Amino acid sequence: MRFVDEFRDPAAARILLERVAELAAGQPHRRLMEVCGGHTHAIYRHGLEQLLPENVELIHGPGCPVCVIPMGRVDDAIAVAETPGVIFTTFGDMLRVPGSASTLLEAKAKGADVRMVYSPLDALDLAQRNPEREVVFFAVGFETTAPSTALTLQHAKRHHVTNFSVFSNHVTIVPPIKAILDSPGHRLDGFLGPGHVSTVIGTRPYRFVPERYGLPFVVAGFEPVDILQSIVMLLAQLAEGRHEVENQYRRVVPDDGNRVALTALEDVFELRPHFEWRGLGFIAQSALRLRDTYRSFDAEDRFTVPGIRVADPKACQCGEVLKGAIRPWECKVFGTACTPQTPIGTCMVSSEGACAAFYNYGRLQLTAKPR
Amino acid sequence: MTLAHGAGGQSSAALFDAVFAPAFANAWLDRHEDGAVLDVPAGYRLVVSTDSFVVKPRRFPGGSIGHLAVHGTVNDLAVMGAQPRWLTAAFVLEEGLAIDELSAIVADMAEAATSAGVSIVAGDTKVVERGAADGMYITTTGIGVRSLDVHLGADQVQPGDRVVVSGPIGDHGVAILMARGDLQLTGDIRSDSASVYPQAAALLAAVPDTRWLRDPTRGGLASALNELVRECGLGVWLDEPTLPVNPVVAGACELLGLDPLYIANEGKLVAIVPHDQAEAARAALGPAARVVGEVAPEPEGMVVLRTTIGGTRIVDLLVGDPLPRIC
Repeated sequence: MRFVDEFRDPAAARILLERVAELAAGQPHRRLMEVCGGHTHAIYRHGLEQLLPENVELIHGPGCPVCVIPMGRVDDAIAVAETPGVIFTTFGDMLRVPGSASTLLEAKAKGADVRMVYSPLDALDLAQRNPEREVVFFAVGFETTAPSTALTLQHAKRHHVTNFSVFSNHVTIVPPIKAILDSPGHRLDGFLGPGHVSTVIGTRPYRFVPERYGLPFVVAGFEPVDILQSIVMLLAQLAEGRHEVENQYRRVVPDDGNRVALTALEDVFELRPHFEWRGLGFIAQSALRLRDTYRSFDAEDRFTVPGIRVADPKACQCGEVLKGAIRPWECKVFGTACTPQTPIGTCMVSSEGACAAFYNYGRLQLTAKPR
Repeated sequence: MTLAHGAGGQSSAALFDAVFAPAFANAWLDRHEDGAVLDVPAGYRLVVSTDSFVVKPRRFPGGSIGHLAVHGTVNDLAVMGAQPRWLTAAFVLEEGLAIDELSAIVADMAEAATSAGVSIVAGDTKVVERGAADGMYITTTGIGVRSLDVHLGADQVQPGDRVVVSGPIGDHGVAILMARGDLQLTGDIRSDSASVYPQAAALLAAVPDTRWLRDPTRGGLASALNELVRECGLGVWLDEPTLPVNPVVAGACELLGLDPLYIANEGKLVAIVPHDQAEAARAALGPAARVVGEVAPEPEGMVVLRTTIGGTRIVDLLVGDPLPRIC
């Protein structure tokens, strides 16, 4: 595969691993957080973690869109999906996420018309082909997926589609990073910044990390060589006492982001005053809702949703995992009560979730690692 | 199709005479009896397997549900070390299905059966009301004969044995995904639907000590090997760089966040063979075959992948269908 294989080149990886080892040798224990679930997935899928020196630890951050959706919102989604006449559309990995009583997959089995789509445009297309039905799109994700929802809504408005609406759960990446940095005892030494989100928002929004918190931040690509190079860049900053925002993923990420996408976001969405994050609690101005000019497309306006806040299950420590306070296997229910078959927390559902990624790909290391 | 075609009266007989009898014609079927009487050659035992086929779309690049209904069952017999000989076929048809489409699928089955060397010796047709079935379901039962001296099984597998696959993985699953059309992905990839009996027979002739054979269908190579390690209690180590994957399959999986190890095949074999006969096995399976890994005492009951960049990861059983990731 062109443009992929080059970044999985074992020879390049070896050189970077040597460089990581050299840089790490003179340093104390370093905890680097990869913000994005795509990185978590790649790290486990390629088995990167166990190739790193012992004093370089990767902490899996909050950037898994599925993992941060609170149970109450899943309940709301199921309530909309079960409304007669509704075709409820969602990305595949939301299907198995547990609400307080069931999942969308279970709702589908009981008769709700739940369909998997690959893009919000597919959902809009369904609406246009089924004018007698109400089609709802379960919008999930960071600034990576939000522009496609925005463009779809612009299109729907232009074409006067009246049977299409969006249940927006879009969130933004900067507030949870701030929340983690403000939480006491976070122990982080630097960030591997989210690559896909940054294609949209650019690298400037992260400047507060070095400026206010004195930590290095490297926007990273998703292939093994990208991730290793980004770790080298972080360790080099730490070794030299620098803290800056650097961009390893230049082939995709412009420092100013994507103007067209940002304009579409601005046109369609506004910040919610606050939004609940699974495990992290309420974070101010961290999520997007439809502006008044798009009110008629807002599923929260169009349907009655319970809107009831559901406390995370007591046994589940997703929040601590998302903040990097504990590693997945340190959670009391990891691998026993909570497995991909019967997930308790969302981190165990998505393959980008820290727990599922570790369970599926990484738990071989447990035999070697002290629990 | 109407409900009358399944009612057992004149319409049923007419359907049999018009569609099934000419396509499947053989000495057993032509007798119009309630069952087929089969002769078992001396020195052989019978091997029986059954499978149901539902697929959307029913026709896709490289085959149709008709091809699958023959190859799927024939391949289950072949990996048992049997020579597939006879099939029975049961059809559940939805009211309203075009007879032309049924005839075309039946012709595919006849073609697949002829090239696989099996006769379709008995069958049944039921018609259900519109909406009660998705067009057409086919169940086939296969009967094969196996020589008394074939000893395949997970209990034969030993540490040090090698894992050989007969060709590129994931073609069938990706061809189906693309043929469904809802991904708006196109690529030049065809289902690998085929009988693996010739390859299985060649392998068993070249390497009589072959320990274990499977056709990695649903769940892909990963699931087949997980079933093996759970059965034999040993570990399997795969080497990622050696896994044969067509570029179109690799590209589609990359885009969708899927893993070719879990994608279905319908014409591939995976074999466990003694380490000193891995080359012979590879040669017997043909030019696309590869040695992709080995059996080890540890980790017990697990499949592990050595990744291209030198890491390792577990290759576990999937919980459900592979789901594409959000971003």
